[in-house]
Amino acid sequence: MTEPGRSTWLQRLARNRSVVAGLALLLAVVLAAAFAGVVATHDPARLDPPKRLLPPSVEHYLGTDEFGRDVWSLVVHGSRVSLLVGLTTMLLTSLGGVVIGLAAGYGRRLDLVLMRVMDGLMAFPAILLAIALMAARGPGVGNVIFALSVVYTPRTAMLIRSTVLGIRDLDYVHAARALGRRDLAIAARHILPNCVGPLLVQGSFIFAYAILAEAILGFLGVGVPPYVPSWGNVIAGGKNVIREAFWVSLFPGLALTLSGLGLNLLGDGLRDTLDPRLRVP
Amino acid sequence: MTAYLVRRVLAVIPVMLVVVTVVFLLIHLIPGDPVAVILGPDATPSQIEATRAQLGLDRPLYEQLGAFYVRVLRGDLGRSYFLNRPVTQALWERAEPTSLLTLSALLVAIAIGVPSGLIAGASPGSAWDRVLMLAALLGVCVPGFWLSLNFIYFFAVRLGWLPAGGYASVFVDPWAALRYMALPAVSLGFNQSALIARIARSCMLEVLQQDYIRTARAKGLSQGVVIVGHAFRNAMVPVVTVIGITTAVLIGGAVVTEIVFNIPGLGRLIISAILRRDYPVVQGVVLVTAAAYVLVNLVVDVLYVVIDPRIRYD
Repeated sequence: MTEPGRSTWLQRLARNRSVVAGLALLLAVVLAAAFAGVVATHDPARLDPPKRLLPPSVEHYLGTDEFGRDVWSLVVHGSRVSLLVGLTTMLLTSLGGVVIGLAAGYGRRLDLVLMRVMDGLMAFPAILLAIALMAARGPGVGNVIFALSVVYTPRTAMLIRSTVLGIRDLDYVHAARALGRRDLAIAARHILPNCVGPLLVQGSFIFAYAILAEAILGFLGVGVPPYVPSWGNVIAGGKNVIREAFWVSLFPGLALTLSGLGLNLLGDGLRDTLDPRLRVP
Repeated sequence: MTAYLVRRVLAVIPVMLVVVTVVFLLIHLIPGDPVAVILGPDATPSQIEATRAQLGLDRPLYEQLGAFYVRVLRGDLGRSYFLNRPVTQALWERAEPTSLLTLSALLVAIAIGVPSGLIAGASPGSAWDRVLMLAALLGVCVPGFWLSLNFIYFFAVRLGWLPAGGYASVFVDPWAALRYMALPAVSLGFNQSALIARIARSCMLEVLQQDYIRTARAKGLSQGVVIVGHAFRNAMVPVVTVIGITTAVLIGGAVVTEIVFNIPGLGRLIISAILRRDYPVVQGVVLVTAAAYVLVNLVVDVLYVVIDPRIRYD
């Protein structure tokens, strides 16, 4: 089978409706985050108690929260935390997953130990392990990224390992070895490129999980500190005033749902395009 | 089959070893001096030293770990600093609401997910299939805790049909328990029903392409008989595994749902423990939920063998 050219798979991606819709949603969030200063109508940090719990209006598109902060501006600025946590977690889990997955798939002796450790880490309900790690480390963006990376790396590592196991004994890898290439060179030149597809698919889903988990941690009060505008923090504030002001929790949650939808669509589309056999649980 | 079961049960040991080690290491992830953090800023140096010795933190790491294993095996998870009782007792008191919530959410997830997935999978491309799968896609993306808040607003605040939060034990007042549990169970189960529906659909699609289904159709059996009599049971095999994964996710989700609905379960316990830096309780909750997860997966794997006899010869 010949390798399809670069333009071919790009064209296939561009024809996939899930990918296009997912990218469009993601782009909206990225633009909101990048131009938060321009898009936001108010300073999200400015407290204005006389204007607390105002319903959506021309002045405050999405209303105000219990401190009189503008919900639209909070949601726009909150996208920064979400994207930062999501993207960094995705990169760190990919990196960690590739290193551990390659080591396990390649070194047969390491495999047993590494996989038992990964099994053990995956035996925790994901959000509980994240909560426990946050309990130990304390609130903060860096700690959220650390906790979520620890939680999600084993899943990527397992995926990379199984991809490596599928390729390791193929003829062209044996051929490369027969030609005298060393393990590391074979891993870099022949094994790793085959992991890119699964990694992209998995990455979109982990991005989505991480954004959701960050919001949950914020909502529970163990994520980024309360004074940072993040979707989870705003929803947590909205919980207390749900009887009077449903809009405070409604809109950040909607932003969260749409980001998750975008990333899930992207992941589904990438999976169908890059490898129809791949299934991510 | 016995050999498989023995192997499967023994496989629990290394997993639990790692789980206990991770739970042990949590204390050592506390930045700075864990004892100073636990006791707060007002502690005197002698108090700090006393607590350090009492917690065994002055001994080498491997010795602490060994002692921790021994304690956990004996069922001793330490004492809660604030609740002033053994952690195991605190866990036991809070286990009922969390277990009931997880179980009811699981029932909701299965009751919505399995039929939706099978209906969608039985006629791929149909209007039903499209509507159900769109709903499932949205269902996967909607954050459960946010859905809970919207449910509270709509069903409790606006319509006043159900309580906005609280808990009644099913063993004391079943009717009140049902009223309190309805919103939490549906909002927690909904996400997972979407996942189950997607898996059930793809299993159904796969089964319907098998030769024996073609044979059944060639015999002249009606669509209904083929689906119910021939496809259903086979499509359910992988779904059972997913239900195992689902239960694990639900245990984690229950923690969050409890906070929203003010249910006095393990979730409220761990969050209040974090705020009071009551680390033995944090460790206890995490350990117990992980153990529950491992146990559920063991049960599912055993069920899997019972449902699908082919696996016995693996």
